[in-house]
Parts: sequence; C-alpha cells; structure tokens
Amino acid sequence: MAGSENKYKSDGTLIGGALEWVDARFPATSLWKEHLSEYYAPKNFNFWYFFGSLALLVLVIQIVTGIFLVMHFKPDASLNAAGVPVAFASVEYIMRDVEWGWLIRYMHSTGASAFFVVVYLHMFRGLLYGSYRKPRELIWIFGLLIFLCLMGEAFFGYLLPWGQMSYWGAQVIVNLFSAIPVIGPDLSLWLRGDYVVGDATLNRFFSFHVIAMPLVLLGLVAAHIIALHEVGSNNPDGVEIKKNKDANGIPLDGIPFHPYYTMKDIVGVVVFLIVFSAIIFFAPEFGGYFLEFNNFIPADPLKTPPHIAPVWYFTPFYSVLRAVTSDFVPFLWLFLAAVGWLCVRPARFPLIVKLGYLGFVGAMFILLGVPAVLASWVGIKLTSIVFVGLEAKFWGVVAMGASVVIIGALPWLDHSPVKSIRYKGPIYKIVLAVFVVAFFILGYLGVLAPTPMRTLVSQICSLIYFGFFLLMPWYSQIDKCKPEPERVTG
Amino acid sequence: MKKTLTVLLFAPLFALLTTTAHAAGAELHLDHAPNKRTDNAALQNGAKLFVNYCLNCHSASYMRYNRLQDIGLSEAQIRDNLMFTAEKVGEPMRIAMTRDDAKAWFGAAPPDLTIVARSRASEFGSGPDWLYTYLRSFYRDEARPTGWNNTVFENVGMPHALWELQGIQVKGADGKLSVEVPGKMTPEQYDEAVADLVAYLQYMGEPVSEFRKSLGLMVIVFLGILLVFAYALKREYWKDIH
Repeated sequence: MAGSENKYKSDGTLIGGALEWVDARFPATSLWKEHLSEYYAPKNFNFWYFFGSLALLVLVIQIVTGIFLVMHFKPDASLNAAGVPVAFASVEYIMRDVEWGWLIRYMHSTGASAFFVVVYLHMFRGLLYGSYRKPRELIWIFGLLIFLCLMGEAFFGYLLPWGQMSYWGAQVIVNLFSAIPVIGPDLSLWLRGDYVVGDATLNRFFSFHVIAMPLVLLGLVAAHIIALHEVGSNNPDGVEIKKNKDANGIPLDGIPFHPYYTMKDIVGVVVFLIVFSAIIFFAPEFGGYFLEFNNFIPADPLKTPPHIAPVWYFTPFYSVLRAVTSDFVPFLWLFLAAVGWLCVRPARFPLIVKLGYLGFVGAMFILLGVPAVLASWVGIKLTSIVFVGLEAKFWGVVAMGASVVIIGALPWLDHSPVKSIRYKGPIYKIVLAVFVVAFFILGYLGVLAPTPMRTLVSQICSLIYFGFFLLMPWYSQIDKCKPEPERVTG
Repeated sequence: MKKTLTVLLFAPLFALLTTTAHAAGAELHLDHAPNKRTDNAALQNGAKLFVNYCLNCHSASYMRYNRLQDIGLSEAQIRDNLMFTAEKVGEPMRIAMTRDDAKAWFGAAPPDLTIVARSRASEFGSGPDWLYTYLRSFYRDEARPTGWNNTVFENVGMPHALWELQGIQVKGADGKLSVEVPGKMTPEQYDEAVADLVAYLQYMGEPVSEFRKSLGLMVIVFLGILLVFAYALKREYWKDIH
C-alpha cells in the first residue's frame, strides 16, 4: 500500500515541501488515500448510513466534554460542611459556578443518551441490510464489543453524579454478580471494593469511566474501521460492489468517501446537531429519561428508593433479566431445548449426535432443578439432592448477558441467500417487525415497576427476542427471497 | 397490506402503553403551579419568603447569595435584606443548625432545597406542581409529634412553617382540607405567596434555565442556516453521481 506512487512529491511550495518531508517518514498520503480519498464506498447509501459517522461525532463530543468535566468533578463520597456528598456537590458546582459548566454537563449527559440512540440505529441498519454477513463478520464482532464497552462506560459514568439513582442502580447491578455460583459474592465484593457501594466504588468507577473504558473503546473503534476499510462497505442492496470494477480496478458503483460522503455526512451532522441542541437547550432532562428526577437527590445508603429503574438504554436487557422468574425457568429451558432440536434434527446429523443432544438436555433438565419447579406447581416439595436448582436470579443474569452477546452470533445464524431486506422474503420482514416491537415493549417495561401482568408480557417478549436469533437458521432458509441484482440500484 | 400489518403490529403496543400508564401505582393529584419563572417581582418575593421561613432548617448550599443578581437585585440589596446567616455575598446559603441536631429534633435532617424543584418531578406533575400543592396541604394532626400532617407527603417530619400566614387547616371526614383558624393572609393571598416561593425554588433549581432557552434559540437558528449551506454544498459535489 505504501508504495512510491503514494509518496507526495513537492510542488516547490513550503507546504508541499513539508508534506514531502513527512511522507518520506510517515505514510500520511497513503493513509489519507486508503481511508478517505481513495476509499470507494457504494454510491447508494441511504438515511441509515448516517449513523456510523454520527457515532464517531458523539464519541468525540463525549471525550471533549468529559475532559472539561474531569477538571471540576471530584470523585469523593464524603460529606461536605453542608452534609452533601462532595461528588454530588461538585456536579452542582459545575452546573452553577463553572463558566459554561451547565452546557458542558448537559452536552455530556445528553451525549450519553444520544450515543445509544445513534448506536441502536446503526445496529438496526445492520439487521436491515445484512451488514454482518460474510466477509463482514469481524466488523460486526468489533461492533458488538464496542456496544458492550459502551454499556460499561455508561454504567460506570452513571454512578459519578452520586445521586440516589446512581447509587442504587449501581447497587442493584453489582449485586447481580453475587448470583453467580461459588465465586459470586466474592466477585461483587471485589468489584465494589467495599461491602456496600461507597467511596471505594466511586473512585474505581471514575477510573474505569475516564481511563480504562475510553482506551478500550478507542482501540475497538479503530479496529472496527480498519476491518471495514479492508473489506469495503455493504449497501442497501447487499451486493458486493467489488465484483464489478473498471479498468483501473475501481468499483463501478463506488465513489471516493472523500469528498462525496464527507460532504453528505456534514448534512447529517448538522441535522443531528439541531436535534441534539433542541434537547440540550430546551429539555435536558428529557422528561426524566435522560436525567432521572431521583438523581437530583444525593445518594443516601440508608434510604432505598421505592422504585429503581436503569436509564432507558439499558431497560430492554433489564426487562429480560426481570422476566426470568423461577416459574419461567422451565419454559425457557423447554424453549431452548426445542430450538436446539430444530438445529440437530436435519438428516445430515448422525443418530449419535441426536441421542447425545437429548441426553444432554435431559441431564441439564434434572440438574438445573426444573423438575423441582414443576413439582412445586402441583404442591409437591422436592428436596432431593439431585436437584441442584440454581436461583432464578442467576438465570436472569445469564439471560441478560446472552441477550446482548447473542447479537454477535448473527453472521452464523443468518442462512438467507441474500443480505438485504429488499430481497428477503415476507418471513424476515414480519419477524424483524415483531422483534422491533418486542424490543420496544421490553424497553418500556424496564422503566416500570413489575406487576404480574407486565412480567408475563416481558416473558413473552423475551422469548420473541431470543426466538428472532435462535430460530433464524431455520426461518432464513425457508423464506422466499427475490434474486439480488447484479449492480446496486438507485 | 403493509398498512394492515403495521396496525396489527402496533395496536398491542399502544394498548399496552395506554393501560400501563394508568395502572402506575397510587394516584397523586397535584395542583398546577402558576408559571412565574420570568416574573422578577414574584421571584424577589419568593426569595424573601425563602430566607425568612425556609433557610433556618433547610440549606441551599449550592446557591450563592450574589447569584440573586439574576432576579434584579443589587449586591447591596441582597446584603441588607436577605443575608441573615452569611458574612460575604459570595457565600452559599448555609444554615447554622448541624445535621446531628436536626436529626435529633425532627427525626431526619431537613434536605438541602437548592434543587428540590428538580428532584420532586414525577409522572404526576412537575417539581413546582408538587411543591405548590405540598405547601398548601398541611393540616392539624394531634397524632403527629409536630402536630402537623400533610396530604401530599404522608406523616411528614416537617411542621407547617408557614402556618401563621395560612392559618390552621383541618382535614374533614371527606378528606378535604379547610381553614379553621384564619392566618395573616386570605386563602387567595396565601396561594399567591406560595406560588412566588415555588417560582423562586424553581429558579434556584436551575438559575441558568431562561438564558439556556434564549441561547438555544440562537443556536438552532444558526444551525438551520448552516443546514442550507451544507445541503447546497452536498448537492454541488453530488451533481455528477447518478
């Protein structure tokens, strides 16, 4: 790549000379060409393709505003002279006494929510156009790791203002780890650094939020973009533009990223900034969804709020966690066993595999205490040692973790002959719509306090959520797809 | 076909949203607080009520006295009329009572009130709505240690600090409150005074809010103009792409 044709030759001007000097020592020109001026992107990107560059913009906003916030924020849980935790008071100090501090803080707090909005839309684009399919599996995996990292970053950052919701949210989530068998209690103690969320927790979360997570995040973003530029971008038609090249080896349907998409993305950036500013300047709390009302009360370890809800971007996964009650565990197992059977049923699997699978399912069924739950429904209490039965909370944590990680399996779950929803059959369109509705319902229920009815709805939606992924190998093959075009359209 | 499908998909979602919104726990009826956020006379009256009646037990420790210049007061006016517990005009609104004493006397230390108007918002109404209703809902209850109770905040630890203004309310058998012993103010005057106090608390919760909105308007107008140029630039570059 860094051949002599990519070395800049001075045109005699001072700047030209400087660039030649640099190019002889650093691949400036070749990097510029490879990633911008000679990176050929499909010419048919639509609305959904704005969100990658917007995610990068929000990342920069978060880093820059974060740098200024760190200058004034104090990660200290001790009480000041007025009896308020120093961390909480320092946030109000930023809001009132630091020049433009209120703007920097609102940009950062709105930026956190904006990041998730943009990233969710970016991921949905992948579902629409099959952006995760071969050869883009690694881009998708890096993307999922970015999403995980972002969740960690948001979780650690949310503790820092040290309000009631910060405190109790962290308490609930760290306590989840104690459900893990054997190591759980010690693990959550190790994470907190104390027996309750306290000063030690605040300090280490500050460190994670400001140093560890951003470093990992930046590395992953670089890997995500390098992998993308290696294989090239997908497009709304899901056809490979590299299959049709001109005499110079340039894709016929490709246009240089710079200036075409840089100019187009500026339009997207301005529209995004208009929405972003409207929230910052006119509704920074966003009705209690971006800044929760309870978080304007300083953390009080002795006063548990009646209702603890995570911020909106975590609620779909939080709902999955809460959906797993002890009554629901047998259903979940039967569901997974049935889906598994669908996978090993085809004739190409030998009988031994099928029998082995059934034996495994049966053994797990007994070991995990499912019969104990079933027996308790008819009023029989089984106390046999055979039923190791782990508590439902543990399975809830597993289900929540699985609901995020399973997204990474998409490249191998999708067996459709086409990538884009434009050429996929009616099954995928319906399944995707149902999935989106279920995801929204899960998100909405995660904000509310649970009732038996809501728990039932979230259980149904959780099965739909997992069904979308786990049944994909089956329904993606039987769907009636249209043939893909040879070249991109419109 | 597509339309029917959309309706079929989203109908249950909307049904769920509407039913769950109503089933959200105990209803709390709040009166709507008059909006006096931009009325400096009301804010100044509210500030006077605040430092006289509230700022003895409650602090406002993120609020500096000299910030009150926002609502049309000079430093001299602030120093002469509103500063009872501080030496310098740049100091925050602190109180002399210690938290330990407060705990012993009231059962719980009275919370800092700087951002109470933000923290009291809920699905039932805004923070100012809650405060406006709360401060008008105290009634005599001999069962309570302070002799006071409140219909918005059940078994509240705080006695009715504004009782000499409002008078003494009692709760009837129907749950409605009525003034039994009149105070210095008529009910209308009292509502007005509470509205001023609440407007002040709202101001104190976020002093920058009005400037924020006026700046926001300019930012969005600027971005709107920038959008026109950005779009024109994009079209110019893209005119050869078909």
